Amino acid sequence: MHEFLVFTISGLTTAGIYAISASGLTLTYVTTGVFNIAHGATGMLAAFTYWQLAVAWGWPVPLALLFCVLVAAPLFGLLLERVVMRRLAGAPESTRLVVTVAVLVVLVSAAQWLWDPSTFRRTQGLFAGRGFEAGGILVPYNDVVVLGVAAAVAGGLWLLLHVSRAGVAMRARVDDPSLAILNGARPATSARLAWMIGTSLAALAGILIAPKLTMSAIPLTLLIVNAYAAAVIGRLRSLPMTFAGALVVGLAADYAIGYVPKISYGQQYLRGVLPVIPVLVLLVALLVLRASRLRGKPALAIREITPTPTWAGTGVFAAAVAFGAVIAATTLAKADLYSSTALWGLAIVGLSMVPLVGYAGRISLCQLSFAGIGAAVVSHAGGGSNPAALLAAAAVAAIVGAVVSLPALRLSGIYLALLTGAFAVALDNWIFQLPAFTVLGDQFALFTNGTLSVERFAVGPLDTTSDRAFFLTGAALFLAAVAVVVAVRRGELGQRLIAVKESPAAAATLGMNVRLTTLAVFTLSAALAGLGGGVYASAVRSTTPDAFSFFTGLTLLLIVVVAGVSSIGSGLAAGLLLGTAAVGSATGDDSARVTATVVGLAALALAANPNGLIPSVLRPAYEPVRRSPAVLAGSVGAITALWVLTLVDAVAPNVLPLGVLLVAVAAPLVARPLAGRAAATAGTEPAGRDEGLSGPLEWLGFDAPVGRADLDAIDARLALDTARLDTGPHLASGKTVGEARVGAA
Amino acid sequence: MALLEIRDVTVRYGGHVALREVTLGVEAGRVTGLIGPNGAGKTTLFNVLTGLLTPGAGRVLLDGEDVTRLAPYRRARRGMARTFQILELFGQLTALENVALATRLRRRTAAGERPDPGALLERVGLSAFADRRADTLPTGLGRRLELARALAVRPRVLLLDEPASGQDPDETAAFADLLGELADEGLAILLVEHDMTLVMRVCAHLYVLDFGTLMAEGDPASVRADPRVREAYLGTSTGTDPGTGTAGAGTLAR
Repeated sequence: MHEFLVFTISGLTTAGIYAISASGLTLTYVTTGVFNIAHGATGMLAAFTYWQLAVAWGWPVPLALLFCVLVAAPLFGLLLERVVMRRLAGAPESTRLVVTVAVLVVLVSAAQWLWDPSTFRRTQGLFAGRGFEAGGILVPYNDVVVLGVAAAVAGGLWLLLHVSRAGVAMRARVDDPSLAILNGARPATSARLAWMIGTSLAALAGILIAPKLTMSAIPLTLLIVNAYAAAVIGRLRSLPMTFAGALVVGLAADYAIGYVPKISYGQQYLRGVLPVIPVLVLLVALLVLRASRLRGKPALAIREITPTPTWAGTGVFAAAVAFGAVIAATTLAKADLYSSTALWGLAIVGLSMVPLVGYAGRISLCQLSFAGIGAAVVSHAGGGSNPAALLAAAAVAAIVGAVVSLPALRLSGIYLALLTGAFAVALDNWIFQLPAFTVLGDQFALFTNGTLSVERFAVGPLDTTSDRAFFLTGAALFLAAVAVVVAVRRGELGQRLIAVKESPAAAATLGMNVRLTTLAVFTLSAALAGLGGGVYASAVRSTTPDAFSFFTGLTLLLIVVVAGVSSIGSGLAAGLLLGTAAVGSATGDDSARVTATVVGLAALALAANPNGLIPSVLRPAYEPVRRSPAVLAGSVGAITALWVLTLVDAVAPNVLPLGVLLVAVAAPLVARPLAGRAAATAGTEPAGRDEGLSGPLEWLGFDAPVGRADLDAIDARLALDTARLDTGPHLASGKTVGEARVGAA
Repeated sequence: MALLEIRDVTVRYGGHVALREVTLGVEAGRVTGLIGPNGAGKTTLFNVLTGLLTPGAGRVLLDGEDVTRLAPYRRARRGMARTFQILELFGQLTALENVALATRLRRRTAAGERPDPGALLERVGLSAFADRRADTLPTGLGRRLELARALAVRPRVLLLDEPASGQDPDETAAFADLLGELADEGLAILLVEHDMTLVMRVCAHLYVLDFGTLMAEGDPASVRADPRVREAYLGTSTGTDPGTGTAGAGTLAR
């Protein structure tokens, strides 16, 4: 009994902290429509700031606390709103989520730059752990204060939302921003207020929870999962239910800490379960939530560029990849080649996001976890020496993916993202760390003693054990995966996916089973990720769970999205950025941290251009090269010549990469004027906006009267004439209508 | 017997009653009109009919079968299709792809051949725009594309939510002819529309919805003559003979 009370008190304290955090999360979500995945990271940053002030610089505790929560945090929230979040209005939901993931990655990287992760730090609870006796139990003052603060936050938020003008405006904004504006509210003010309060609450929660954990960036950041478990119980809407949810999560977590170690059986398997209790609560909550309504098309400010890939274009891409792979395989130094073999597996994992995130517009935060499952399968299915193991990896990942997505299929996209995030954390913290267990008499260890060893496969004449052979095999496997994704996009499934993204409501009322389609794409992308994981594991031969951590997965997602998640090239970008640096030591390694920081910062710019770099920058730049045979042949010829010279040792090895870089920069510069001249002489100017007009559209009618031909061209463009339902009796009036319209415009 | 019926349907949004015990039927082979001021609950009714919204009380019957608890896609496969007041096209697909995808969404087991997407575009006058991305079409054309897409699933019941808005008078006239043709082919059509000229021209039966309650029904002439309808929706016309059909566009606002 005594023990039960102790755990109850500490559970209530934990619950209070989660409630503070979750209510901040819910407040910003309902007011601004942005679900802030970085909420926990903000709290983490606040905890470190507090540590710096109170411990390192010796400020008095109350002063440091108040400064962090009431000064630094609101200012930071204001900055966040001004620099990042404001631009997200009108962006697709997937972009909003990804941008907050970017904030998370940047904050974690920043914290790791500022506070060296290898130093041990801790903060103390308030009142240095002192307390009072009540009924034979020591009740820490800290816990009393935390509960009081949580109650004050609840009361304060209620007063804010129901009594104050600002709060009423915030609630109005949730229902209908444009209506709120018409009625005199200033949504920008509401949003700013919401971010300030939300950030303060995140900071408060971060500082209060820090003494219960070690001061380490990632665990503190992952508290977001606990907060969003509570928020999901509140349906991301209701603050009272969010507080109730926090109570469930907090008590469950602390009872688990108290009682799980007492279970006499299977202790070694349960140890890791403690950090994932909130994940389990989240799963249960998702299962009991009522299905979301199917929504129509969101009103977007940005038109998404997603050209359907052609087989010809894919052929060019494949040829370029194969050419590059052969050059790299034959010229890279042994050590460099070994560390670059990882590239292809990660490229396939990156590619797995294209159908799911790019085509269907659903976010998954656990693709790298599926890759981890794939790696484990390859390792256990014959040690990897059989290529069928790769297929098994894809199959197992597909099954796991289907099962994981099931609870969230009834719900809107954001819940799927949350569920995948929770799943990734559970795998990262628990399943991948499990010791060996026995299933049906077979000894089975996911990551045997923390590392997986995998052999490269060999079938008949195809022996991939050498780095060079495996590098080329990896490239071939990547291209096979590319072919699958292109075929999907060009087939009926691809169109279904686009339909689900564009308007679930319309798709459903036309007879599409939206859940089944979502399940299909989630399964497909999990299978690809599993395959990628298998290829990755075979490449590096020995791997640890760290390679598949939640945080690395987020970085991978960001790279793909920055590159352009609807373009197949984005997978390759992920592979090049992560696979050629040493991913194995992602935590603490400088190069990985640089990658994470740069990618995170780049992803913040997504708010302005969610289409990504490949479709909006790279493809337009290289399109003239593809169209100009002379430049194309010249570039390929130059690189081939350099390659041959390198092979016969006529030039130093580092000339080749420089040469390739030079060609890559020079080719578009040369090709653009060439393509322009060719078009001009042939008289086939690409169909632009002034096509068919006597002059530029905006100057029409200035120098000369608008001619009949111009009017007809404009009519055709505006679809005024050709598109009549019934051209018979109305044809006569068509011209005059067209004229009147243009005149009015 | 009506092909599509709703009986005593009530929908509440919090304290607001969007629909109160509404009962109506849509018969095959004719156009049924549903009119009423903005906010009367017309689109809510469509959402109930198509399954996007589950009513608090009441039943939806399709060909005598209770479909109230059926998912939207199952109802669509039983022969229900709709258009949307705010366009819900698949913007990244071309006009032709929009229609072609819809033809494939109806199960193969559905009787008959799949309609030809090109022919459907032709029918609504969009052949020239087959390869245009749907989100680049002007609203009027988008509405026609939604109609073609709805026809692509070979529906028995067609629900049209303000299909004439964004179309000019000529286009609307052609559209009225098309609706007549479709009804003659045996479709049951429910038309929500503010353009009273169109409504009076094509509808064989009218329902009037006001503040979520059904306030009148009958043939167009009797509905137009109903003093309560004139009071609530059409407006009391001064100096115009209500019988001449001029109670329309100009007097819609209350």
